[in-house]
Amino acid sequence: MAAGHIHRLHSPGDTTIHRLPPQCKLASMIAFTLVVVATDPTRFPAFGLYALLLATVAVAARIPPAFLARRMVVEVPFVIFALALPFLAQGDRLIVLGLEMSADGLLAAWNILAKATLGVIASILLAATTEPRALLLGAQRMRLPAPLTQIAAFMLRYLDVIVDEMRRMRIARESRGFVARDLRHLPVVARSAGALFIRSYERGERVHLAMLSRGYTGTMPIIHDVRGTAAQWALAAMLPTAAAAVLLGGLL
Amino acid sequence: MHVPDGFFTVALSVAGAAVAAGGIAVCLRGARRELDERMAPMAGLVAAFVFAAQMLNFPVGAGTSGHLLGGALAAILVGPYTGFLCVAVVIAVQALFFADGGLTALGINITLMGLVTVLMGYGTFRAAGAILPRSRTGIGVAAFVGAAVSVPASALVFTAMYAIGGTSSIDPLKVALAMGGVHVIIGLGEGAITALTVTTVLAVRPDLVYGARGLIRRAQLRTASGEPVPVAQHRTGRAETSKARPFLLGGVAAAAVLAGVVSFYASASPDGLERVASDLGFLSQAKDHPLAGSPLADYSVEGVEDERLSAGLAGLLGVGASLLVGGGVAWLVHRRERRRRLAQTSAEARPGEQQTTESATTESVTTEP
Repeated sequence: MAAGHIHRLHSPGDTTIHRLPPQCKLASMIAFTLVVVATDPTRFPAFGLYALLLATVAVAARIPPAFLARRMVVEVPFVIFALALPFLAQGDRLIVLGLEMSADGLLAAWNILAKATLGVIASILLAATTEPRALLLGAQRMRLPAPLTQIAAFMLRYLDVIVDEMRRMRIARESRGFVARDLRHLPVVARSAGALFIRSYERGERVHLAMLSRGYTGTMPIIHDVRGTAAQWALAAMLPTAAAAVLLGGLL
Repeated sequence: MHVPDGFFTVALSVAGAAVAAGGIAVCLRGARRELDERMAPMAGLVAAFVFAAQMLNFPVGAGTSGHLLGGALAAILVGPYTGFLCVAVVIAVQALFFADGGLTALGINITLMGLVTVLMGYGTFRAAGAILPRSRTGIGVAAFVGAAVSVPASALVFTAMYAIGGTSSIDPLKVALAMGGVHVIIGLGEGAITALTVTTVLAVRPDLVYGARGLIRRAQLRTASGEPVPVAQHRTGRAETSKARPFLLGGVAAAAVLAGVVSFYASASPDGLERVASDLGFLSQAKDHPLAGSPLADYSVEGVEDERLSAGLAGLLGVGASLLVGGGVAWLVHRRERRRRLAQTSAEARPGEQQTTESATTESVTTEP
């Protein structure tokens, strides 16, 4: 179970990676993670090379390692699951550091840890170098249905407003001496959720009316179009191509 | 619950993405019916609400706390189609902007936490609502049952997926017991908070609860003498299909390429379930599956000698079959909807009669003081 998402991942900058059109970066990162997931977990050197590739991108985008490390906490629940695997899985047993483990489980734990970590780093790099609005524009250029990207855009735009509203309600609860200790306090929390829903929905109605009065007809105008040049696509393709070369190099 | 990259095999990730894309395509049509042109702002705000509600921690007891999944809650409050879209957008935003849940596992995450919770939650809610009295308490109890069922259902589907395409070999039964046990308790918490939230909203703005629309009587226009007057229904705009087509075709092409090319290179080592079977020694005595003689048995095409080529072909055929089933369902839904709409328009466009009554009633309404 993940906790709340408080940290925004975007890290403004003006490097080549930041300037790449969002759809190039999106396609590049998805292709890269697909290659990583398709790799046989026993090919240990390949994962080192993948990590090196991501490190190159991070250096090129001037993303400090501490920034990456702090935002990798979202992975923690599955790290715990992966660490439990060697003791739960079946198969040949072997003794590591005086503990009996399953060889198969150990491999599975490595598999999840390595791939999930690479995946999380790739996602963080994508989100850190791309403005949320631009990323949605890129998704729309990749022919994602417009209603879907519009919903996501509205969600991102009003997220802080709604979360702030919730925070004010929590402060109001706590300033009246409320502390959620056990299940008997559930109704209070639920009533806050109900109130939050009504406020969000009514805000949605007001936003819609305000948009109608400004000439909204169901589609959002695209103010500046981001078209990728061939050179930019080639630059973005370098990451998955290199990864695919590592993958195929081992297979052939 | 956000599954990261590498947890499931590529084939299963692609299958999950196909299921999620199919669900989104169906729900985009449905949500247009539920919200018409208000869809984007309203669904966006509800998605922000679901995101914020997931941050509400509630104490489960013994020092631990759970948080809401929100699939059932969203479906009951704004309808299953819009609810699923909201949850799907929330999960996609969490993966893209907060690095929570893998990019390749996005389809699986949307299927597990969106599709399963919305389908099971809303389905159970409606089924329970049919038995229970149509009152605020009845709706609350139905919401509790729906949400409480949705969480362990999601955990069980996760277990089934893990048995099919997980990357390690834990006894599926053990996983099912562990996951199921924990999630039954989490489900009770989810059910309680969902029911209380729904009843709170019902008390203040009953018109906002989609799942309780039957409770509210529609406002009626009456003449001064008290006869009810028929009012023309507001018609929703036509769903546009052309925009979604390139997206769908792209998805089909990607699935075909991945199934064909990736399974060409897929490893031939036994999967988790086969491994468990061989460890426990029941592989040797296992009878072959009744379909083992079929032309696609064991992911290869009979009569094609090259093992890799054969696996690739089997993958392609598998994608084709999935598409046929998914497309069939979508087509049936679409056809029913179109028929319904045609019936509606023909009823409205009955010549003469309707118009005269309408003008007559407006006259009577306006002239009589």
